[in-house]
Amino acid sequence: MTTPMTKLDVLPLLARLTHSQRAAVAGVSRIETYEAGTRLFEEGGLADQCWVILAGCVMVDTQVPGRGRVVLQSIGPGELLGWSWLLPPYQWHFGATVVSPTRAVVVDTQALRMLADEDPALGYQLSQILLEALLNRLQATRIRLLDLYRNPA
Amino acid sequence: MTWLPTPYRVVTRTVETHDSATLVLRPVAESLPTFRPGQFAMLYAHGVGEVPISVSGIPGDGTLVHTIRAVGAVSRALHDAAQGTVLGARGPFGTAWRLDDVEDLLVVAGGIGLAPLRPVLTHPARRTVLVAGARTPQDLLYEKEIVSLSDVEAVLTVDRGDHDWHGRIGFVTEPLASVPLDPACTTALLCGPEPMMRFCARTLLGRGVPAGRIQVSLERNMQCGVGLCGHCQLGPMLLCREGPVVPYPVAEPLLLAKEL
Repeated sequence: MTTPMTKLDVLPLLARLTHSQRAAVAGVSRIETYEAGTRLFEEGGLADQCWVILAGCVMVDTQVPGRGRVVLQSIGPGELLGWSWLLPPYQWHFGATVVSPTRAVVVDTQALRMLADEDPALGYQLSQILLEALLNRLQATRIRLLDLYRNPA
Repeated sequence: MTWLPTPYRVVTRTVETHDSATLVLRPVAESLPTFRPGQFAMLYAHGVGEVPISVSGIPGDGTLVHTIRAVGAVSRALHDAAQGTVLGARGPFGTAWRLDDVEDLLVVAGGIGLAPLRPVLTHPARRTVLVAGARTPQDLLYEKEIVSLSDVEAVLTVDRGDHDWHGRIGFVTEPLASVPLDPACTTALLCGPEPMMRFCARTLLGRGVPAGRIQVSLERNMQCGVGLCGHCQLGPMLLCREGPVVPYPVAEPLLLAKEL
């Protein structure tokens, strides 16, 4: 399991990591491709991976009675998919499906947590990266709650 | 004469969404001077009233193209105007998008905000990226037209998708945060609800786009169109004359003001 460094070095998401820190992440990750329709994870399942999307699109969804699978969010190139692995009980809160041919860096999050435990400097930088991604997602979600595009009539 | 509406006849009416339609207007006799992208006309529905509407197309043949969202009595009357209806038009008014020395063009639109930006999508640029948001897929303007523009890299995103939607779901700031950009060479044009423009501008500033290369389109209650009546005052500006297109460094403090 390794991701070519050339892939990680150009990811803006990991820009704050040093080359050696990215090399550590490369060691616990790999590149995978997915066909449209691939189910990446299910609500309630074990959250032991996360993805950085390189190309394509993944939809995060949840099951709603009477409405079926409702899509909440799409994740595109350069973005992080999955953070339920961060804290116990390490279970997915939502599901996710690939909607167009997708290539992604898949990270073994159990191994990543171990790396962070062993190297607090790396752990700190990773936590900053994740915090930034979470904050951006939270802020965008809050803005969507404003329903800015509604017709005021 | 800017005070007198010039008669224009509706020659085509295209339904864009459940509440928006595009009218192509041909002058009954004399035509108004040519509009530039970002400028607006005061459109008059006889017996109902007059409202400011940006041009959403500039064919260059003397016709006016406006996309109108029905939100009030006047805009509803204009939106509903059938082929053959005679409307009044005054203009062109206001400032235009500044497109001098454009290298990479980033167009960011929300909802009906795409209408004033539509004419710039065909402006020559090294690279043109469009990030457009809407409430639902059915609320997206000009979707087929956008997809057919081979020189435009389009990212379309909606607040709520459905089973037929294969674009993005989320707010425009999300793709904006990750879309490949050369910040120093990017001219960003923003139009949509003011909070949207504020958040998008912050995202772009965070990515290194210089504030002076960001332009926003502001809207207030334009009435006279020539800076006399004061209805469109926003702080020290009369937007019908000094807007609607304003450089972000000028607009930023006004966008943050609670009430003026």
